[in-house]
Amino acid sequence: MASQLLRRAGKLINVSASATKNLASSLAPISQANRSFASAAEDTNPITIEIAVPYKAHKCEPPSLLATTTPQELVQFFKTMFLMRRMEIAADSLYKSKFIRGFCHLYDGQEAVCVGMEAALTKTDCIVTAYRDHCIHLGRGGTVKEIMSELMGRKDGCSLGKGGSMHMYKKENNFYGGNGIVGAQTPLGAGLAFAQKYSKVEGVTLAMYGDGAANQGQLFEAMNIAALWDLPVIFVCENNHYGMGTAEWRSAKSPEYYRRGDYVPGLKVDGMDALAVKQAVKYAKEYALTKGAFVLEMDTYRYHGHSMSDPGSTYRTRDEISGVRQERDPIERIRKLLLAKEIVTVADLKNMEKEAKKEVDDAVAQAKPDPSELLSHIYVKGLGTEVFGPDRKEFTAVLP
Amino acid sequence: MESTALLQKVTAGMAFRGTPASLLSSSSASSHVARIKLGSRSVIRAVSRLSGLTVKATHLNAYGFGTMPHNSTALKTVNKAVAVKTETGSTATAQQGHELLLFEALREGLEEEMERDPTVCVIGEDVGHYGGSYKVTKGMAEKFGDLRLLDTPIAENSFTGMAIGAAMTGLRPIVEGMNMGFLLLAFNQIANNCGMLHYTSGGQFTIPIVIRGPGGVGKQLGAEHSQRLESYFQSVPGLQMVACSTPYNAKGLMKAAIRSENPVILFEHVLLYNLKERIPDEEYVLCLEEAELVRPGQDITILTYSRMRHHVLQAVKTLVSKGYDPEVIDIRSLKPFDLFAIGNSVKKTHKVLIVEECMRTGGIGASLRAAIMENFFDELDAPIGCLSSQDVPTPYAGPLEDLTVVQPPQIVFAVEQLCKH
Repeated sequence: MASQLLRRAGKLINVSASATKNLASSLAPISQANRSFASAAEDTNPITIEIAVPYKAHKCEPPSLLATTTPQELVQFFKTMFLMRRMEIAADSLYKSKFIRGFCHLYDGQEAVCVGMEAALTKTDCIVTAYRDHCIHLGRGGTVKEIMSELMGRKDGCSLGKGGSMHMYKKENNFYGGNGIVGAQTPLGAGLAFAQKYSKVEGVTLAMYGDGAANQGQLFEAMNIAALWDLPVIFVCENNHYGMGTAEWRSAKSPEYYRRGDYVPGLKVDGMDALAVKQAVKYAKEYALTKGAFVLEMDTYRYHGHSMSDPGSTYRTRDEISGVRQERDPIERIRKLLLAKEIVTVADLKNMEKEAKKEVDDAVAQAKPDPSELLSHIYVKGLGTEVFGPDRKEFTAVLP
Repeated sequence: MESTALLQKVTAGMAFRGTPASLLSSSSASSHVARIKLGSRSVIRAVSRLSGLTVKATHLNAYGFGTMPHNSTALKTVNKAVAVKTETGSTATAQQGHELLLFEALREGLEEEMERDPTVCVIGEDVGHYGGSYKVTKGMAEKFGDLRLLDTPIAENSFTGMAIGAAMTGLRPIVEGMNMGFLLLAFNQIANNCGMLHYTSGGQFTIPIVIRGPGGVGKQLGAEHSQRLESYFQSVPGLQMVACSTPYNAKGLMKAAIRSENPVILFEHVLLYNLKERIPDEEYVLCLEEAELVRPGQDITILTYSRMRHHVLQAVKTLVSKGYDPEVIDIRSLKPFDLFAIGNSVKKTHKVLIVEECMRTGGIGASLRAAIMENFFDELDAPIGCLSSQDVPTPYAGPLEDLTVVQPPQIVFAVEQLCKH
């Protein structure tokens, strides 16, 4: 009896919240979760959610709009996305206090793409992306501590402080970076898929790029090669509608990036909906493993500018940014879903947020960069050649 | 059936790699050379042992320079056919081994490595069914299949990037540029990804890739097909560069490059593909960082590589008849330089002439000159001479093209001038 009352109250909250278009779809569950587990984090009963924004398909059949997930997965989505958001905001403030220098490209707003992808992939699948890679590194098994250390140039960073914001890698989890030059990672992605095919590994490669890189010739070369040899590569275009400071309608004749593969089939996905992303990547992975190359366009948005040197408001209005934040924010979407489905309470969510904040704060670490790392890892085999400083007197060393 | 006298002479000098220099140099090493020696020789020797550059039979050329002799029991000498063609070799082993052309030697090296290691594959234009535009991979697609001899579309940037991506996962691709000049289109991938990934990933990834192709000035190929890319790539940290000049070192360097964990660029020359030489039957791998002593001498050190080696040897015939005794070293390793061998030679002769095919500005000769001047200034009696190509795009007309490249009479003249010091 008491539980029925609670459920009625919950539905009221749902009804009032249903005014927002975000929840219109998530209120049409086909099956209801079974609340027999003590904590939602262990609940693995499947629930089905209907995806709000339909897919747009090019030379293929779109996947079903019904996504199966579990409460555990949804909670995990929330936790990870919130952690990513806190991490990027911490990076923002560190940059402004000059602990992080150079180029720092932040991913907040786009978290759903990373998290949805990881939910559909395993660690035998390879990911290669461009310079907006902090969160992808986290999704691939990195820790906030090593990301923060790397950003501040410290020795316990994931690349020993030698790579920086744009060069984060995780070899054991098949994360290949972390590449600075726009578009240059797409041929690398084709190469990873080639190696998977060559060594007969049961996995796919996701070569991620942005709407700015979508106009690079090497992308089309890579697509041609991938389609020609049926390489298991999925080209993922994270379309945040601005290539640096230029809007997509000013830089691309055809902003339908999922169609630009021409003979390569493609799908356009709402990139702010983690479940939609997961569904699409699952579909694309099946296609890539059996047939060959595929293109996914993720319709997403970034709240920060292109990088920390870009205020982000000279080429778009603040109203636009705050509008997207209110209506399409990926974390809010999952939060509302969790509350609507009564998987967690507001207090639980507050606890998760606190934990995430604490983790990020702890990770702003202490070591100093060590100059002994300057000359290591240039060559694999030590060549024993001498290197000198500019005047040849103050600095002489032998390459290890 | 080695002649025992020669064997004794060679074994006396060769306890371990490095003593060839002691055959040349008379006394104790100077401090400059000692510093380089400590740095490079022991490290190279130790690391080569570790990296598995095992040699089944040791091969020294007639003058004692050569590969890593891990056991000095089975020594055979091989004549340098190009240098000593007119001299009937003094060793009885002149008829052992087999004769082949340089592109066949490259193919042999490639085939042996592909048989040995299934992760080795070739990626390039027309390498598979066509057999390679210079026949280096002829017949291999039938043997190894289309996936290991991958015919690519004409998209250098992306297939080089693709090869680098594959190398990051552990494959060992060999990228063939149909002409080295086309690799300019892939410069971004080679400089940024190939050269730097090992560093920027903090050592996580190695890129065991070989990038090879013919370059240099050919016979009236035109400006864009006659480029010397070694000068552009030499300042990219993380890359290793070698240049082959004879079938013997072509095969050895090809095998060493494939086995190396570093990205190696192997520079071949369009005009040298049909060079014929007798090479050993046994398997051998040369050291990537070592220079080759072609002809020992006393008067002047001539440093050269690739096609200019043969121009130099032509000039040497004239010089010998005029009474000079030049020492010719084929530097082979363009990055890093084998300053140990070069230094010992400079210590002996005190005069250096560099003969190269790169442009005057910013070429290999320019870097080598700076390196020798910095390290061996006290040993020099004369300014370092450097003969390089003219800073012009290579013209099409034959006589004009010949004017841009260093010719043997110019080498003779330069040696005569330098030896006046």
